[in-house]
Amino acid sequence: MRARPPTYTKFRDVQAELERSGAAIFRDAERVESLVIRYPYSIAYIHSYAEDSPFFLGLAEGKLRGSKCRRPKCGFAYATPRSHCMVCGAPTEWMDLPTAGRVHSWTTCHFGSEAFLKETPYNLAMVEFDGVGSLLLVRLRDCVESELYVGMPVEARFDPEPKYLVTDVWFVPKR
Amino acid sequence: MVTGGVTKFAKAHPSMDFRLMVKRAYDYALKGIPNLTKDRIDGTRISYFSDHFSRQLKAASMVQDYLGMNPKGSVRIEWGGATGGECFQAAYEAVASGRMDVCLGAGYETMSRVATWKGNEFIALASYTNFDFPLGGFYTGYYALMVVRHIYEYLRLRKFAGVKDEREAQRLAIAEGSRIMSLVSVKNHRNALHNPYAQYPKRLTVDVVLRSEMISYPLTREQICTMSDGAACVVLCTEERAREFTDRPVRVIGVGTGTDTMRLADRPFGKVPLLPHERASDYEDLPYPGIHSFRAGRAAGIEAYRMAGITHPNTELDFIELHDAYASSEIQTYEDLGLCRYGEGYGFVERGDPFLKGIDYGFPTPRAGAIPVNPSGGLIACGHPVGATGLMQGVFAFWQLQGAIAQHFGDPTLQIANARRGAIHSHAGTGSAVTVSILERGF
Repeated sequence: MRARPPTYTKFRDVQAELERSGAAIFRDAERVESLVIRYPYSIAYIHSYAEDSPFFLGLAEGKLRGSKCRRPKCGFAYATPRSHCMVCGAPTEWMDLPTAGRVHSWTTCHFGSEAFLKETPYNLAMVEFDGVGSLLLVRLRDCVESELYVGMPVEARFDPEPKYLVTDVWFVPKR
Repeated sequence: MVTGGVTKFAKAHPSMDFRLMVKRAYDYALKGIPNLTKDRIDGTRISYFSDHFSRQLKAASMVQDYLGMNPKGSVRIEWGGATGGECFQAAYEAVASGRMDVCLGAGYETMSRVATWKGNEFIALASYTNFDFPLGGFYTGYYALMVVRHIYEYLRLRKFAGVKDEREAQRLAIAEGSRIMSLVSVKNHRNALHNPYAQYPKRLTVDVVLRSEMISYPLTREQICTMSDGAACVVLCTEERAREFTDRPVRVIGVGTGTDTMRLADRPFGKVPLLPHERASDYEDLPYPGIHSFRAGRAAGIEAYRMAGITHPNTELDFIELHDAYASSEIQTYEDLGLCRYGEGYGFVERGDPFLKGIDYGFPTPRAGAIPVNPSGGLIACGHPVGATGLMQGVFAFWQLQGAIAQHFGDPTLQIANARRGAIHSHAGTGSAVTVSILERGF
């Protein structure tokens, strides 16, 4: 390593230098110099889906599962499952969701988090199902921004090679 | 409240780490008050949002340490995007409970430590990591989903109710909503031209806002706040102490908080919790909150207004510093806070109510000055270093109520004449938590 890394007065040049050599000096308007280094960090989590597991195992089998409050007087049905009812606190039971619904709202993301930038543009949609009290957030494929609208009928597709992620299901315009 | 300080918010402050940024804001706050020295401060509440950005756990301890506050009591505050607003209230509670006579609330964020899109990823981790994040976790995407529905409920189903072709009606409604959101962006950037602390002051036109890069349809770059480095602090104390420190204190007369589900998908379709000036018949067919409104903001408003004795917010408040992370959420929040009825947010902007009087925005604002929102420029123009943002609002509101904007900004333009009472509003997640605090001139 050199004794002194190169000096820059623009922060974006510092960022570029970090990609090249891992160290740079930033000199600000008051000529204060700060040493900046690249400091990588990565981690693989041991992530249990715990009580949400049946939803993800369902996707791998081509099934869309919501949950429904077990208390007959409540019976609130969730398109995105939860194992206890948010309304009354009773346990829920698993139920099959319809595989077709309607777009409740939508957007096309032209940017995204770093992890998803390479997938842009992609569509997100909140889907509503008849007789179900809550919604499901999904990717909407096989259609472009100019074709999307609130109320659009859509249906589920499942990944034949499941990754055990919520992206194992996506929706497409209903044919 | 007896004083406050803010660093200039910037894309990056590589020559100051978070400790020095807070120290600068703190020194500024104490500068004008000779009686207020470190030994008079009983303890602190210190806020920052993300351990990911810091890559330093217990970072609040390092702030406490750098300010030389040990061994006084301190707690770190984190509440998503509302972290700064919650820190303000935590400091308030430390004093109101009798635990402290004088409490420092200080906060910061250093978001420049990762590239912008990595930063978006960190922020998106404040959505449900089982069901939401892996879909492309992106907060602008979530807010776009919300505003598309807001536009559907209030423009498609009302203003464009007569258009028969469904897709055409929705396109027209989105174009109209986008135009009106752009007016908000123009307002906040324009106001910030007179605020030396702001990160992105500029004179924009509706066309420039609409033509700026599309980030997540229909939200464009100029309708969205950016990442920032910055720090802010406030000093709150008992009324007795306040009189020792200044003859121009500001009283905190109301605090409120509200919450909602972490997942947007779980937002129920129920009834609107009413403010005193509203009737159930105003909202007979409105499914609420759905994904189009912020029930947490409504709950926080109800609590804060009740405590402050406010029954008609748009006539009893002189201004609001509102959490405009998106131009869309500023419009949604007008309605949550009862500045207008649900569904009237777009018309409220068009009539000019939230604009400042005496500033030329490049289009007519007939009712300008009715209830100025974000006179400082808000998050869109000032920046959003999360842990500092809500405290920054507290400082700007404090200076407004003291009539001291000219003194601190070096420019009197943004001073609202005879501002007597104002609100600050801090907002987290997709609306999963909101704080509202009401400040009143105490002299």
